[in-house]
Amino acid sequence: MKINANGYTAKKLNIMIGRSNDESIEIEGVIGQRYIGTALSGKILEIEGAPGNALGAFLDGAKIELFGNAQEATGDTMNAGEIVIHGNAGDATGYAMRGGEIFIEGDVGYRCGIHMKAYRGNSPAIVIGGKAGSFLGEYQAGGTIVVLGDGRAGGAVAGYFCGTGMHGGEIWLRSQDAPAALPEQVKTERVKGVPSNVEMLIKKWCAKFGKEAINYTGDEFLKLSPDDANPYKRLYTPN
Amino acid sequence: MKVRYILPAFEVLRDESKCVNCRLCERECANGVHSFDSERGRMIANDAKCVDCHRCVCTCPTGALKIAETKDVYRSNANWSRAAIDEIYRQAESGGVLLSSMGNPDTYPEFWNRLLINASQVTNPPIDPLREPMETQVRLGSGRVKIERDENGRLKTALPPQLELQVPVMFSAMSYGSVSYNVHAALARAAKELGIYYNTGEGGLHRDLYGYGDHTIVQVASGRFGVFREYLDAAAAIEIKMGQGAKPGIGGHLPAAKITPAVARTRMIPEGSDAISPAPHHDIYSIEDLRQLVMSVKEATGCRKPVIVKVAAVHNIEAIASGIARSGADVIAIDGFRGGTGAAPTRIRDNVGIPVELALARVDDRLREEGVRDNVSIVVGGSIRSSADMLKAIALGADACYIGTAALISLGCHLCRSCHTGICNWGIATQIPDLVARLDPDEGARRLVNLVTAWKHELEEMMGCMGINSVEALRGNRLMLRGIGMTESELRLLGVKPAGESM
Ligand code: SF4
Ligand code: SF4
Repeated sequence: MKINANGYTAKKLNIMIGRSNDESIEIEGVIGQRYIGTALSGKILEIEGAPGNALGAFLDGAKIELFGNAQEATGDTMNAGEIVIHGNAGDATGYAMRGGEIFIEGDVGYRCGIHMKAYRGNSPAIVIGGKAGSFLGEYQAGGTIVVLGDGRAGGAVAGYFCGTGMHGGEIWLRSQDAPAALPEQVKTERVKGVPSNVEMLIKKWCAKFGKEAINYTGDEFLKLSPDDANPYKRLYTPN
Repeated sequence: MKVRYILPAFEVLRDESKCVNCRLCERECANGVHSFDSERGRMIANDAKCVDCHRCVCTCPTGALKIAETKDVYRSNANWSRAAIDEIYRQAESGGVLLSSMGNPDTYPEFWNRLLINASQVTNPPIDPLREPMETQVRLGSGRVKIERDENGRLKTALPPQLELQVPVMFSAMSYGSVSYNVHAALARAAKELGIYYNTGEGGLHRDLYGYGDHTIVQVASGRFGVFREYLDAAAAIEIKMGQGAKPGIGGHLPAAKITPAVARTRMIPEGSDAISPAPHHDIYSIEDLRQLVMSVKEATGCRKPVIVKVAAVHNIEAIASGIARSGADVIAIDGFRGGTGAAPTRIRDNVGIPVELALARVDDRLREEGVRDNVSIVVGGSIRSSADMLKAIALGADACYIGTAALISLGCHLCRSCHTGICNWGIATQIPDLVARLDPDEGARRLVNLVTAWKHELEEMMGCMGINSVEALRGNRLMLRGIGMTESELRLLGVKPAGESM
């Protein structure tokens, strides 16, 4: 099925998607409609244009491929599925996602991967082709974030305060420079080449955007992880 | 020589003439106060470990036990209370932020007790609730609809989703993790039987309780614990938690010690890691942003469920509520500064926020002035202790009340305020299996049903004496209230006349 989004509200679009018997749905002419594909499962959406905030929020297994830029809160509380963005993504991408994968060709805004968690067999992942804004992986409690810094000559590939409040998971930055103002509880490790789970993610990203994995996987990475799963435990005194 | 700075606050008094050395108290006290001294052949107590939860007193078969406040006193000082001194000792010892639980216990003024209710005499008769019908049912949700009909006279407008309550009271948010499974099970069963709702708090919904979804409000907080499609689908309504009265501006933090496998599964987080949900939703910096979360939750549930936004009562609550009333939310829940908690920094709990009575009156006024009161219902909580508090809240402008602490007390809580330790001898604020098993969910549900039923009868009786036969007619009826012992400005803020002044 093919839908031209022009003139439809987000609600109408979601109803049309929900009612369609087709597994695969193309939506073109998207212009600012928010909440597209909210809590969707079992479908494949191909979107052209500029969707509004909260694309694929609470996503529950569906696949969304966007040819264009995403706004804020893409994949908020995503449970399972895949979001591929041929462009950049805004702030709070992948907020509290606990499953599924998000692949971004370009850059992401602030607070990408905040509150991301792993849960039983699920380990969410975000791969960012370009660079990330400040507060990447804030309060991260699980899962994997990879920033490839594609096309950058040097310098940090994530902004300030990366991993603030992080208490689980990993952040892999393809860069030799640590982001500015790294919080104390974040450990950094220089690693040449990546382990197989990260390699898999990079390969998937490359396949989606027509790149060669070999150009990335053997490079020097900075691995960020929390030095304690209970970062606040010493702070309190029972009264 | 090790000096003990902090001395026991309580004394365990054992009447030796009654004690039969059955050692039950030893088993009942998980704090390890009681033990049997085999040399002397009698029970002894370590007062320093006692938190005054009264479990041993209530279970001692011969009634041999009493807990008393210690007779040991520091030199009296009107400025430096014993608590203030002890807190300094604690911090000097540990360097930690003080952590407390349950509601603010300090001696701030409160206003429920300074409000008096009117009664009908002579000119308009009271109503006998035993004889006349009394309506205690209320609906929560947005009443703001422009009714449109098609040419056949059929309703075109989809009516906004609402909650129907048989009594204007609900069990407020208490997360699984901060309280035990058996508490949730009791609340769920009672809510169903009473035709009201309980609130899961932010810790997710246990698989075994999905069947009570029609009587469940699920919470979405900044950490999004356990939030996924089925969770949202299961519920009757969804509450977005922006704040909590006991700790406005502070988030939830469930230490790993309380995260059992079942708690982790329900929260959908790994075992062994802390569950942190900071106060800021880092995607919400404005009413516009809040609107976005409200709308995406609505979108995720096909707009079939009311969305509640819960905030703490703080200084600028009027403006906040006015924004929420325009955010697409159906209900505003306001939690006063006396509201309970499983754990909060002492300083925040005891110093931040305002009384819910004042917040409620101001918000109701403001929304009326702006003509948006019908956009939303108002639910208030934060120490509603009796049906009289509930009635006064409704007369001040609330549509319904949330009760948390009162519900726990009905389950046996003795307000020892040690929930943050994870040891609760009443099986409430704990995850220790032996302790949890002390709370029988069926018996708990029976007690909760009794409590709310009794309040319903009292509400009917009080409304009857006022000559009012429905909660609807009581709501916002501040002429039915008079203030006593209040300043001019307090009366003005509450919008009530002083006692003695007539209609
Ligand atoms: S902590 Fe509770 S059970 Fe233990 S001695 Fe004190 S009152 Fe009794
Ligand atoms: S819930 Fe338990 S620990 Fe908390 S105050 Fe009540 S009796 Fe004490």
